[in-house]
Amino acid sequence: MGYTENELAKDLENQEYKFGFVTNIDSDKAPKGLDESIIRFISAKKNEPEWMLEYRLKAFAIWKEMTEPSWAHVHYTKPDFQDITYYSAPKQTKKYESWDDVDPEMKATMAKLGISLEEQQRLTGTNVAVDFVMDSVSVATSFKAKLGELGIIFCSFSEAVQEHPELVRKYMGSVVPMTDNFYAALNCAVFTDGSFCYIPKGVKCPMELSTYFRINEGGTGQFERTLVVADQGSYVSYLEGCTAPQRDENQLHAAVVELIALDDAEIKYSTVQNWYPGDKEGKGGVFNFVTKRGICERNAKISWTQVETGSAVTWKYPSCILKGDNSIGEFYSVAVTNNYQQADTGTKMVHLGRNTKSTIISKGISAGKSQNSYRGLVQIHKNAANARNFSQCDSLLMTDECGAHTFPYIECKNSSAKIEHEATTSKIGEDQIFYCLQRGISEEKAISLIVNGYCKEVLNQLPMEFAVEAQKLLAISLEGSVG
Amino acid sequence: MITIKNLHASIDGKEILKGLNLEVKAGEVHAIMGPNGAGKSTLASVLAGREEYEITEGSVDFDGQDLLELSTEDRAREGLFLAFQYPIEIPGVSNVNFLRTSLNEIRDYKGEEQISAKDFMALVREKSALVELDAKLASRSVNEGFSGGEKKRNEIFQMAMLNPKLSILDETDSGLDIDALRIVANGVNKLKTAENATIVITHYQRLLDYIVPDVVHVLYNGKIVKSGPKELALELEEKGYDWIKAEVDAQ
Repeated sequence: MGYTENELAKDLENQEYKFGFVTNIDSDKAPKGLDESIIRFISAKKNEPEWMLEYRLKAFAIWKEMTEPSWAHVHYTKPDFQDITYYSAPKQTKKYESWDDVDPEMKATMAKLGISLEEQQRLTGTNVAVDFVMDSVSVATSFKAKLGELGIIFCSFSEAVQEHPELVRKYMGSVVPMTDNFYAALNCAVFTDGSFCYIPKGVKCPMELSTYFRINEGGTGQFERTLVVADQGSYVSYLEGCTAPQRDENQLHAAVVELIALDDAEIKYSTVQNWYPGDKEGKGGVFNFVTKRGICERNAKISWTQVETGSAVTWKYPSCILKGDNSIGEFYSVAVTNNYQQADTGTKMVHLGRNTKSTIISKGISAGKSQNSYRGLVQIHKNAANARNFSQCDSLLMTDECGAHTFPYIECKNSSAKIEHEATTSKIGEDQIFYCLQRGISEEKAISLIVNGYCKEVLNQLPMEFAVEAQKLLAISLEGSVG
Repeated sequence: MITIKNLHASIDGKEILKGLNLEVKAGEVHAIMGPNGAGKSTLASVLAGREEYEITEGSVDFDGQDLLELSTEDRAREGLFLAFQYPIEIPGVSNVNFLRTSLNEIRDYKGEEQISAKDFMALVREKSALVELDAKLASRSVNEGFSGGEKKRNEIFQMAMLNPKLSILDETDSGLDIDALRIVANGVNKLKTAENATIVITHYQRLLDYIVPDVVHVLYNGKIVKSGPKELALELEEKGYDWIKAEVDAQ
């Protein structure tokens, strides 16, 4: 028969996480716990230069003095930082000379995730270069040679430390300093790998650059760093995907992403986050405590787009510092929470330059007993004449037991600024579902249609292939089984 | 086409339909009129399969099948179409996406192939012309920001696209100006064949000047209390419902 709220709620609870497999690969792990010796161990394993080790130790000293933040609208048992393994690498530690050297188990993992590097290497038509980070190290980067011809650097963070120390030293920590917050400091101390990308002056990167992160080992934390530098007048579109196996204990993910858009440059950064959200009783799942921030110089533009469906607890605010005159910051977000998931996510737009513009479109979808919060800050500084901001925060409720919260903060110190904020909260309509059913559309398809329609403004911002993936992910997250 | 026998339906424990009988054959147009609160819209909702209503007694045969046993979506797939009194808005979902999903779900149910994009667009062009629907509306979000008249025309456009066996028009004339009324009625008339049937639910005789019914029924207090040829509608227009109420109450 037709749709009822209770049936839908049941359907939603029964949905399963489809990426919950574990890959059996021998790994090289550090002992559990965190002290200076572990940091030295990580640094030695990665054969790092002295300056990098010093940076880590300094961050560690700062972190020890900090306390974990508790202002977010989330409740969880704080991780025991001495019960985490801070380094775990697939055992085959030598660098891969070619794709053929990559462990077949690992290739199978990528195939299960729908990332076939092999395919992509063969099909020249597919324009996505991929860096694959499993647990702590970057496994394979594709299309490197082709990008190299344009002077584009796209490699693992460890490699960048070795090969491009001048760029790493110049930009690392320039947007998110090690003192920024508890998790950023921790990341600076123990980060193991990540991706690095540099686009030279005036170059438009001809393909999407993509990083896939996967946590595999039990009890490990994943602390990766991403650093994207777009030099003057350049353009890059960067994609990030995340999955993790299904485990009873909570896994910790604390990443730092820094974007630097120099004069007239543009960076588009898209994320589809599908970390394991925990089971329907709220057991297990990933703690996702991420610091993402970008800085825009003159006439530059940074656009964050995210589709967040996973993680037990999310704490994440991709932000833009609009330093240069006429710079533009954008934030498009869909955050789905189900069962006992908790998300506190949003953005900060800091207007420093004149004629700076920012747009915030946030779409929250809450199901089950979940709590979904938008938290945003729009800050207009004294010199930011003619700054403009438009914010729209919509919440869609699927059940009677979930919650949606909006915490918008506005600080304005320049009277020529124009700030607009719109917010709506709605419940998925029985009338809408009935209308679809009466046109022969099944309940599942109806929900999928309505939810995708609701998120359209955000999904439209994603590159084509990613948008399709994101739609599928929304369907998986919100339906019992997908037809 | 459809045979309704002794239908009783209630909502929140209150009985609305109290033993309704109605038979509509293929090729026929039936009008159902009646005062406010008689149960007209309830009848439409119950036939379409709205969950809030409880059927306590009676049967409905739809082209050889027990309609009440079918799910809401299967009733639609079997060819029952309801033109809504208040069409629903679905933001962000284009009319064409909505209709293509609908059409393909119906085809899938019947074991037919999915319609190709080319054939679909050709169908959209043909059918939108029928109700003089601006092609731009086809690519806009379902009913979002449509005027009252556009919403109603959109219902008939959907009806034309899906080509149902039985169409129930629930107060399709409400909120229409005279031009829109004519356009909507013309659309319905053009879609009429010997194989399909239409039930027109209306308050006023006006619509029946354009969609000429074979039979007019008066629904009062949950039952059909009077049926007659199209002239009955004129009589109702002239005299109101009081004389019928008096007749029924006297019995």
